[in-house]
Amino acid sequence: MSQEKIRVIVAKPGLDGHDRGAKVVARALRDAGMEVIYTGLRQTPEMIAEAALQEDVDAVGLSVLSGAHMALVPRILELLKANGQDKVGVFIGGIIPDEDIPRLAEMGVAGVYGPGTRTDDIVQDIQKFAGQKS
Amino acid sequence: MPVAVEDVLAGNRLALARLLSQIENDTAEGRQILNELFPHSGQAALIGVTGAPGTGKSSLVNQIAYHYRHPADGRQPKRVAVVAVDPSSPFSGGAVLGDRIRMHSLSGDPDVFIRSMASRGSLGGLARATAGLVQAFDAAGFEIILIETVGAGQAEVEIARLAHTTLVVEAPGLGDDVQAIKAGILEIADILVVNKADRPGVEQTERALRGMLQLAHPGKRQYHHGRLISAPEPEEKPLNEPEWVPPIQRTVATEGNGVSELLALIDQHRDYLKQTGELARREAARLTAEVDLLVEAGLVDRWRRGLANGWYQEVLARVMNREISPRQAAAKLTASKREEG
Repeated sequence: MSQEKIRVIVAKPGLDGHDRGAKVVARALRDAGMEVIYTGLRQTPEMIAEAALQEDVDAVGLSVLSGAHMALVPRILELLKANGQDKVGVFIGGIIPDEDIPRLAEMGVAGVYGPGTRTDDIVQDIQKFAGQKS
Repeated sequence: MPVAVEDVLAGNRLALARLLSQIENDTAEGRQILNELFPHSGQAALIGVTGAPGTGKSSLVNQIAYHYRHPADGRQPKRVAVVAVDPSSPFSGGAVLGDRIRMHSLSGDPDVFIRSMASRGSLGGLARATAGLVQAFDAAGFEIILIETVGAGQAEVEIARLAHTTLVVEAPGLGDDVQAIKAGILEIADILVVNKADRPGVEQTERALRGMLQLAHPGKRQYHHGRLISAPEPEEKPLNEPEWVPPIQRTVATEGNGVSELLALIDQHRDYLKQTGELARREAARLTAEVDLLVEAGLVDRWRRGLANGWYQEVLARVMNREISPRQAAAKLTASKREEG
């Protein structure tokens, strides 16, 4: 009996210490039947990429509130690619200025979610992405 | 993308990670590769870590792995794999796997591989595919495999069948000594760990455990696996063999206190297993149980395919109507010929 589950890492790169949003999203993904690997606060891009590799995830969810996303996200994308995981979807939540969103999309980020996003929307986007992947 | 056996054996981490998913999803490809890897397995030391939630299992696993990577006494560092199981939601089938949170000090080390696993409906503290993951790590050359159970409580005895050495982790302030004499989790301990030993109540906890050990010294381990096929009885243990009395080790996993001593006990236990032949006996019991389980599943599958169309529903309907008992129904369904009446 083969039963595939969507596997997602939820991580907080960088130094800000607010993980409530990440936890809410982790729980919503769990309730949608996904397996969420929650890695906690203050993760370096290297730690996140390593976890994504070992856990063979379909998607990486990053929560950034510190404003450091333009430094952290490209590095994470680069490391994923170096590990042969260029098909992994990267989704970002937090405080992301509007003008950065197109630049992030250009880098290959699959979705950006600001305050007030419905968790259902995030769930659907990840499901859609994981469905497209194979 | 298909996984190549050679890549897994050569230590390619992406290939290994993908294989682990294939095993978890029980795909035909995963099963095939496991078959090919099996002859390469059987080298690793399998260490189980179980205990109630909040006793510090993940932090302890982190420290044990770290100490195997950075041995204090100048010995060779070992390659370490961690399989950490957390529960799946019975409602959504999803899971939040949080064991990695406590394992940050292992990151960046290419000779450590941590894999989180959801239990996917399995009871007993492990997932159905845990043994398969352990086999893959073993074949891929990891020398130490740490298996952390769900931590749900008193019935997590599956781990004793899988691991060579089982650590049961307790912490001060969690229940009285009646908990300690209940059957199950404490009986499976090869080593008892009192973690959070810097907290008040550590003496009482240790005393209760010591009392339990004197009260109910575990006899010869018999595996009650309750399978379809009865395994041949293992050879009687010679009387002059030393008994292993589970030692009690205090630790403070967040600080690393007591962990070197714990590693020494794990090594001692492994030596004991090897010297007494118990290691071979445990391996035999484990592999027998695994084969039995697969035979059972195979037989059920064959039986199901051989059933005449609608016969199962027909018999079931008679049970619903209270015409025949479930036992009679099973006898009818498993009879070699279909008998009317």
